[in-house]
Amino acid sequence: MSRSKPKVLAIASGGGHWVQLLRLRLAFEGCDVVYATAKEGYRSDVGCASFHVIVDANRSNKIGLVRSAWSIFSLLRKERPDVVVTTGAAPGFFALKLGKLMGIRTVWVDSIANAEELSLSGAKAGSCADLWLTQWAHLAREDGPQWKGNVL
Amino acid sequence: MILVTVGTDLPFDRMMKIVDRWAGDTGRRDIFAQIGEGGWRPKHIPFVEFLEPAEFKKRFAEASLVIGHAGMGTILSALLHGKPILVMPKMAIYGEHRNEHQTATAKRMMALGNVNVAFDEIELRAKLDLIDELQGREPIEVHASGGLVEGIREFIFHGWNENCR
Repeated sequence: MSRSKPKVLAIASGGGHWVQLLRLRLAFEGCDVVYATAKEGYRSDVGCASFHVIVDANRSNKIGLVRSAWSIFSLLRKERPDVVVTTGAAPGFFALKLGKLMGIRTVWVDSIANAEELSLSGAKAGSCADLWLTQWAHLAREDGPQWKGNVL
Repeated sequence: MILVTVGTDLPFDRMMKIVDRWAGDTGRRDIFAQIGEGGWRPKHIPFVEFLEPAEFKKRFAEASLVIGHAGMGTILSALLHGKPILVMPKMAIYGEHRNEHQTATAKRMMALGNVNVAFDEIELRAKLDLIDELQGREPIEVHASGGLVEGIREFIFHGWNENCR
């Protein structure tokens, strides 16, 4: 499959995760970007860029988790991105793990809200990513996330 | 118009009750609240449980100041619009949130000079009484630039160039 430019899947849960992902838009200039999140209401945030709604991952409900993973897997199979970039939370984690199985390169940007320490889930997700980033310099580790800046 | 918001997750009754009592005591009629699904219903403030993203943006843009939980969506929205903002962290020990990150977020953002914080009910009431003196800061850019954006970009294109060889 030949492409003239990289294809990026930018995926996040709603609320703060989505707001942070949108702020990273300049990183995707020159790429084909596909945005994915759990609410149709966010479509207007991305203008005419490609936008998909995925099933949100509801932690308290196992069936919900399976449906979420399946909707993300379907999206990955359809779009075949070169890179997945996510600011979390659970849907981003699924995209990371499933993407890896498909040979897709992955980026996990830990939320700026994790300011004192890495969350357990963030560490679990980040350590699977090809590029694991924290937004606070004091949280960078040699065997852990790198710090390059934040979304402000 | 003062916008009060508890975020898209759980309600924040502890904060709403203080704000509502303050509204009742002062007779202020310029407040509107988003109370969250199943949230405690204020007696002195018009409210909705939930705001669609477009409606939320509109209310935010029109607000003269924002009172809210210390969630990143709320804080970033306030910074984008240059709105004065007062936040109170939701706490896991009260079942308001999954973890205590909001307290850490609030401390760090306060240290960066980005938000005003009330860490408990007494402090909240005290700051509400002085609310009209609250200052906003210069709006931040719509998109981030700098190290984080460059780092992600480099990762995307370096790998792309490698695979094209």
